[in-house]
Amino acid sequence: MSRLIRMDHTGHTTLAEWTPDDPQTVDAAVRAFRAELDQGYFGMVSTGEGQAEQVRELPLDAELVIMRLPISGG
Amino acid sequence: MAVETPGEGLPERQAVHWRPIVDEHRLNRTAALWTATTTAHVVPFIGAGALLFAVQPLALPVTLASFAHAWVIPELYAHRGANVVKPKRSKAPAGAERASIGLLGDLVGHEARDLHARTGLVLERGELGVWLVGPAGALLVRPGGRRVHCYCVRVNDPDLPSGDRIAHLLLALRSDERGFATVANLAFSGARWRVRRRVDASVRPAVGNPGSRDGPAVEGPCRSGGGIERGATA
Repeated sequence: MSRLIRMDHTGHTTLAEWTPDDPQTVDAAVRAFRAELDQGYFGMVSTGEGQAEQVRELPLDAELVIMRLPISGG
Repeated sequence: MAVETPGEGLPERQAVHWRPIVDEHRLNRTAALWTATTTAHVVPFIGAGALLFAVQPLALPVTLASFAHAWVIPELYAHRGANVVKPKRSKAPAGAERASIGLLGDLVGHEARDLHARTGLVLERGELGVWLVGPAGALLVRPGGRRVHCYCVRVNDPDLPSGDRIAHLLLALRSDERGFATVANLAFSGARWRVRRRVDASVRPAVGNPGSRDGPAVEGPCRSGGGIERGATA
């Protein structure tokens, strides 16, 4: 079961869970992912030790997709 | 110099599009500029103090004041750098803090998890050096471990729990290290011993003791491409 989570004021919130062979859960996850992008979040997936990648479409084969906010110099 | 394709890397870079991308060459240049600036501050005070004492030994108090200036000014700069990892009380509820630290723990290995529990900083090996990431800033310990670049950088929501704030920075760093260093504001670049003296006592073990085998391996290997390799001396 793959998970889409958002880092927020609660620590993190699970927005969707899906399995690639279940179209209903996939549709719900894709909708949730796009809604977060519209809110200004970026989708991130880990791609190995110490490496991550920003994604603009929900990667259905990823185990965990994390939504993060923009950063800036302080 | 690094060549970057427009649109690649951290999207936040577009907010600071005028800044050249930070790479090895630029880091070395920045380090040289900071060293030159520090020298330009220190040498005149030492020279003036020594000259004054040579001309009039009774002016010893003024000479000592001049030497004090030569010492204090670099210390103030180092203090500014150390402040980027100054621990601050989180405004988030305890439950949110625990949840955020749990997620952060899932993102990092045992070494970084242990260091975070002790110091509040997460150790991340990059291609530019070893990063120590806190909720509102990061230290980049260059290969060789002698020089530190202190960056002020944060997620634009100060009410997030500390673990989430670090995780935001960590994910951005992992996706584009040079972009991360470009977006961040440089607060200080100088000797690690100078920064180590000025950081909070709880954070000090993370910055490490040069030459010591205790504490984190900030003098240890850096990541190169997909692997880990021993960093060259700066």
